[in-house]
Amino acid sequence: MTLQMVPYMLTFLLLVAGLYAIVAKRNLVKVIVGILILDYAANLLLVLTGYRTPPAGQAPVAPILTGGAAQAQELAATAVDPIPQALVLTSIVIGLSVAALVVALAVRLYEKYGTFDTELMRNLKG
Amino acid sequence: MPLLVAIPLAGGFLMPLVARLTGARRSAAALPILLAAGLLALAVWLLLAAREPIVYWVGGWTFPVGISLVADGLSRLMVVVVAVISLVALVFSVDYMARFTSPGLYYTLFLLMLAGMNGVVLSGDLFNIFVFLEVAGIASYALVAFGTESDELEAGFKYLVLGTIASTFILVGIALVYNVTGHLNWAKVGEAITAAGGPTLPIYVAAAFFLMGFGLKAAMVPFHAWLPDAHPSAPAPISAMLSGVLIKASGVYVLARLVFSVFDGDAGLGWVLVVLGTLSMVLGGLMAIGQGDFKRLLAYSSISQVGYVVLAFGAAAVMRARGMEQAAVGLAVFGGLFHLVNHAVSKSLLFLCSGSVEYATGTRQLDRLGGLGGRMPVTAACLRVGALSISGVPPLGGFWSKLIIIIALAYMAVRGHWAFYIPTALAVATAAVTLVYYAKVQRFVLDGEPSETVLRAREVPFGMRAATLVLAVLCFATALLVVPAIRDRVVTPATEIVLGGAEAGRGGRTITVERKPAPPPAQAAADAPAQTIRLQDGTRQGETP
Repeated sequence: MTLQMVPYMLTFLLLVAGLYAIVAKRNLVKVIVGILILDYAANLLLVLTGYRTPPAGQAPVAPILTGGAAQAQELAATAVDPIPQALVLTSIVIGLSVAALVVALAVRLYEKYGTFDTELMRNLKG
Repeated sequence: MPLLVAIPLAGGFLMPLVARLTGARRSAAALPILLAAGLLALAVWLLLAAREPIVYWVGGWTFPVGISLVADGLSRLMVVVVAVISLVALVFSVDYMARFTSPGLYYTLFLLMLAGMNGVVLSGDLFNIFVFLEVAGIASYALVAFGTESDELEAGFKYLVLGTIASTFILVGIALVYNVTGHLNWAKVGEAITAAGGPTLPIYVAAAFFLMGFGLKAAMVPFHAWLPDAHPSAPAPISAMLSGVLIKASGVYVLARLVFSVFDGDAGLGWVLVVLGTLSMVLGGLMAIGQGDFKRLLAYSSISQVGYVVLAFGAAAVMRARGMEQAAVGLAVFGGLFHLVNHAVSKSLLFLCSGSVEYATGTRQLDRLGGLGGRMPVTAACLRVGALSISGVPPLGGFWSKLIIIIALAYMAVRGHWAFYIPTALAVATAAVTLVYYAKVQRFVLDGEPSETVLRAREVPFGMRAATLVLAVLCFATALLVVPAIRDRVVTPATEIVLGGAEAGRGGRTITVERKPAPPPAQAAADAPAQTIRLQDGTRQGETP
């Protein structure tokens, strides 16, 4: 386990924390927070996979081409991988729409039951 | 081919406008029905037109930056199944949804779900599968909760939470795969894994995440908890879509793709699929017997029947890796695909019939029904056909597919590995269990003395009857897929894609531009001619049964 692995490990810790909240919490709002944490953990992992250790003595560069085609080669050598960043944008938007839907459902459930406690809303049995 | 995704997507956004014009009247259904009919025509044409995989690059961008849609044999088969079921479900919806408010929203969500499913089965890279999964998923979460009563909302919430966990796991899997291989394209990932000499530890971790994610989506047994709530709570045509095609398009199809095309039929993953499939098959069937709610029983039955399909695929993967002859492995894959088609048709039929019954009587409780056979002759006949097909009574389609799966498993048990005796025996036993619970359905719903609720029941409107009749006829028609001429045209291309493993997944993608590590030029040069030869090679197709 090198020092570089630490961020990955922390991401998985976040993933587990989100899962724990979803499984163990009785309050709908806490479950929703768990979903969001889980989502962030996945996004974070995706961004981390795009990181490339730069050559010694240089800082990693954002993949933005400012100097025209002439600099493209140089940028490609030093910049971090842009694809995961593009993916993460998509994934964040998806996460947003899921969050909107889940909050809407929770509000409707609250109107029906007058509570956020999942133990008290058990019409359906597994 | 991109039209298959674009049409329902555009239709989904047009729908609110159309609904504005038509109001809550039934004519709101005209647009989605027309679109679905167009999709069906397109899908059938695609299935019959050519045998080679077609690759479409979205926006004209090719390999390193482009997004590809790939229609090979397996995708085409799935697209046709999706189109058939959605057209029928839409026809059924016209009268069924008249009781709900805002049909415009319903059709919007329906079309978005359709676009998502077509996208999943057509996309050529992992991340787009995730995106389309979410499109289909979010639409289906909303559709499950469409009734907005407490039951529906609760089921919708449960479905959403588990569905999101599944998607997140899939995303984690995608991140890991990208990190190891540097590719997102199915074919390229498969190539990279094969080039590295088989899956390594990080790839197995990714595979575990994928298995959990897609296992949740496909409702395999340890991950099945959401399905018996979500499917019965949705409006009947949506239950038909969810059970009939969504769990297959977003779960089973992608699992098959992953295990065969990406992980090249890895034996370890095959065993996992065998275990999961067997568990689902047996436990789903046993739990179905005890259900008192009509649609809940059908939902458990879905778990059981999808178990058969996954078991067949898993067995094929194991035996392919152990070097069993193509004919036997191909038989298992063919049985799995065939059962997938049969289950799509007959389970949709059964869910639509349950919708008709609920429409006419207002209840789904089996003990409050009875004697409907006399009151609703058409629905009753369709229900019987569906139940007989799925429980495997000859000459209906379900009999042949189960027979083929069981024969393939038995052959593998005798010639391959002793462990296959267990799933073989359980598959036979589950077939009997299936017959038992569908006998129960027929006895409680159709036969016996009419109960009070039933006496007031009348036959459902024409559109609903027509939809169920079409599917009942299809239950007979799918049996024709065992006829070699038809099978070779429809299912065999799909079987070949599965059997070809990572090799066939690459078919038609002769681009050798690499993104991250530059390829050794010799290998790239060697790749291209090898693929062209294989595509023209007719003997490979002749080997499969």
